[in-house]
Amino acid sequence: MVLPRPEVVAKTAENAEQTGPGSAERTAPAARRLARRRAVRAGALRGALMALPVVFFAVFFAYPVAAITARGLGAAGPAGTVGTGGGGLDLGRIGEVLGRSDILDVLWFTTWQAVASTGLTLLLALPGAYAMARFAFPGKRLLRAVVTVPFVLPTVVVGTAFLAVVGRRGLLDELWGIRLDTSVWAILLAHVFFNYAVVVRTVGGLWSQLDPRQEEAARVLGASRLGAFRRVTLPALAPAVAAAALMISLFTYTSFGIVQILGGPAYTTLEAEIYRQTAQLLDLPTAAVLTLVQFAAVGGVLAVHAWTVRRRETALKLVDPGTTARRPRGTAQWTLLAAVLASVAVLLLPLGVLVARSFGGPDGLLYYRALADAGASGGTFLVAPLTAIGTSLTYALAATAIAVLVGGLAAAALTRRAGRLVRGFDALLMLPLGVSAVTVGFGFLIALDEPPLDLRASWWLVPLAQALVGVPFVVRTMLPVLRAVDATLREAAAVLGASPWRAWREVDLPLVSRALLVAAGFAFAVSLGEFGATVFIARPDSPTLPVAVARLIGRPGDLNYGQAMALSTILMVVCAVSLLLLERVRADRAGEL
Amino acid sequence: MLTLEKVTVRFGGRLALDHVDLAVADHETVCVLGPSGSGKSTLLRAVAGLQPVDGGRVLLDGADQSGVPVHRRGVGLMFQDHQLFPQRDVGGNVAFGLRMRGAAKGEQARRVEELLELVGLPGAERRAVARLSGGEQQRVALARALAPSPRLLMLDEPLGQLDRGLRERLVVELRQLFGRLGTTVLAVTHDQGEAFALADRVVVMRDGRIAQSGTPREVWQHPVDEFTARFLGFENVTEATVRGEAADTVWGTLPVPPGSPQGERPLLVRPAGVRLTAPADGLRCTVESRTFRGHHVALRLRPESGPPLEAVCALRDTPDEGAEVGAVFLAEEVVVLG
Repeated sequence: MVLPRPEVVAKTAENAEQTGPGSAERTAPAARRLARRRAVRAGALRGALMALPVVFFAVFFAYPVAAITARGLGAAGPAGTVGTGGGGLDLGRIGEVLGRSDILDVLWFTTWQAVASTGLTLLLALPGAYAMARFAFPGKRLLRAVVTVPFVLPTVVVGTAFLAVVGRRGLLDELWGIRLDTSVWAILLAHVFFNYAVVVRTVGGLWSQLDPRQEEAARVLGASRLGAFRRVTLPALAPAVAAAALMISLFTYTSFGIVQILGGPAYTTLEAEIYRQTAQLLDLPTAAVLTLVQFAAVGGVLAVHAWTVRRRETALKLVDPGTTARRPRGTAQWTLLAAVLASVAVLLLPLGVLVARSFGGPDGLLYYRALADAGASGGTFLVAPLTAIGTSLTYALAATAIAVLVGGLAAAALTRRAGRLVRGFDALLMLPLGVSAVTVGFGFLIALDEPPLDLRASWWLVPLAQALVGVPFVVRTMLPVLRAVDATLREAAAVLGASPWRAWREVDLPLVSRALLVAAGFAFAVSLGEFGATVFIARPDSPTLPVAVARLIGRPGDLNYGQAMALSTILMVVCAVSLLLLERVRADRAGEL
Repeated sequence: MLTLEKVTVRFGGRLALDHVDLAVADHETVCVLGPSGSGKSTLLRAVAGLQPVDGGRVLLDGADQSGVPVHRRGVGLMFQDHQLFPQRDVGGNVAFGLRMRGAAKGEQARRVEELLELVGLPGAERRAVARLSGGEQQRVALARALAPSPRLLMLDEPLGQLDRGLRERLVVELRQLFGRLGTTVLAVTHDQGEAFALADRVVVMRDGRIAQSGTPREVWQHPVDEFTARFLGFENVTEATVRGEAADTVWGTLPVPPGSPQGERPLLVRPAGVRLTAPADGLRCTVESRTFRGHHVALRLRPESGPPLEAVCALRDTPDEGAEVGAVFLAEEVVVLG
């Protein structure tokens, strides 16, 4: 029997309100009134859950971004000389900025490197996705975990690691005199390194759940091996491939840390240019225009992404991934596996070199010891770089707490599917992924400096900015799990005497606690590596790890270089440890990330 | 114990429950029987408070339950698909209701042990629910529902997902158990056999209304109308004109018991009321198919006129398929319906 399952919360609210003695017979209008009141209660609950996330986003995202953009477009001169209220927005400036050839170069480079990075990543990672989906081999779980590590590594660490291989006095330079840090290849390879896991997770996850018998059925019906792949498997995978490609283009389009370290003056993305215009040239109008351009581009990519994800939800017959993997057979399959393992090894090489380079001096620990000394870097730091570890961890913990609270509430509000308003809210939560982090950081400085929101001197400024980037990850991780909790289980608890709150605690919480843990881990890793916004708002006497690394890289000399490697290694270890802890609790299945 | 007064539930424009009146006495086992969509599960949900009612009242021990939330009603409900808590072991599931009532740890453990013993799973406390078979899950769900000693135990298709052999054994066990514990039970099912074996009283539902209520024997012997008769599995139903102790039908003139209602009415012939004779001595029929039912054989007969007839006969008297037989009717197995 199919019964509509009205919302439990609405029901209990309704029960609570029927306190008067019920008449034996209620009239139809009364029943309708009751139903309407029930709907209103459900709406009110959702509204209450959404309130905090909405306020959070309004105050710490929309307001700063709008403020800095408006100031940039409205200002006639350098930053700060003219307020936003003056002459309104100067839209002519947009055309003026976009007409400049240097800006057009940046736009062109940003776009083509994103496209090239995405293509190269797919080319290298799809065989990997196939191997990890279809082959059974020892150490597969470990390999899956290892290729995921780069994804949560701070961009600064990835940049530094590549610098250690392809940069001046890098591994290749020493061996063969090859330097790639002045070429675009370093950036592209770093992007592949970074996004390999995205393809393995999204495409490989789905691939491992496709029933191989579908392809077998096509073969029996007369399709060649290639034909069966092209007609059966590829169409099933296509939406996942598209989703992964869009995600990668999003990440690479807004790439900042990697470009900042590997790009040099010749290669600069929009995000890096926004940083240069804002922080170095103090050209706010140009920065504002670029922010808008990036916003529009990312909006477009996100819209296409949402569209493909929706299409991905077509009914596919999925099976247990454990049943689809076989030991490789024949030379071709073994060769493919070997090639995949080799490419993974090559990709992971920079991390190894990074660690090796971090050791130096007579006992090998020279650079690590120097990190404990504020004076060793010749005035780069007000405090010993090592204190950045504590600073980073504290900020990341605070940011995680905020992100879990805000993201958890938002996910809870989104659990109960509803109309356009809620879908808009869902989209809003994803925006911080696309808006220039640099803009957000500078917006914080500009907008949150007046009472009642004078946070410029507040310790909370950094965690708040970092949490903004963590919230989308929390929502994406929690939402599928929250939606999967069977409402009948809650009813079973209620019948056994559990109040609504108790039922939530006893039934929902244990089921989502794993997801909560995973979400917290993601938020933590993201906060730990956040660079674009933090570089603006972290105070000089309390830099975070990525900021400290970037500062060391920017300085000449062996000692600074070595210290950068050492500090990066520490950051990588902190990240990897938290990620590996996470991998232990994470369900081994295809997620959205 | 439980009284429903004109309980009405609407889903959109459709009436899932339409002015249902029902009373369940202390220690009574009532089975609600009906096809899918007849509103029987909604009835349970309304009593439990999971489904808000749009009209009428639900009373437990004489007290109106309209302001009482689910968790304070003190009823037990065993869900159709058990709904065991996946993250808790067997013991944790059974103890859940006791914990909600704030029972002491020792008391909980004692009661859990006692109940697992009762449902035939002694010592299963630490087992994971995901590893249990369907029958074991059902037993755990029953133990969980019984643990807090609910004043009324409700079962939603309690045996629906189990295979036939297990179902037949469990239904007997359940009946004995409820008798021993003196539990008041309201169960819903679509399986006539289950209802017959379990219930003191059977309530047949149709389109959100109660079509018939009575002891299993009464209901099977005198289905109140054609719908109920057909729902109970009887197929020999036809229009008839009753005059005195005879009825004119497409199958010829049939004898009816004395005191039957008169006039144009549907008429039911139970299969046992169709006796086989030589073709010339009764309604001439062809044997269309035979179904062996262990100790007897169900026959489907194609008469010269009218719809097919169901008959039963002993194994050794079974005619061949395609054979010509005669059918005569026994008055005591003929029922004139309302």
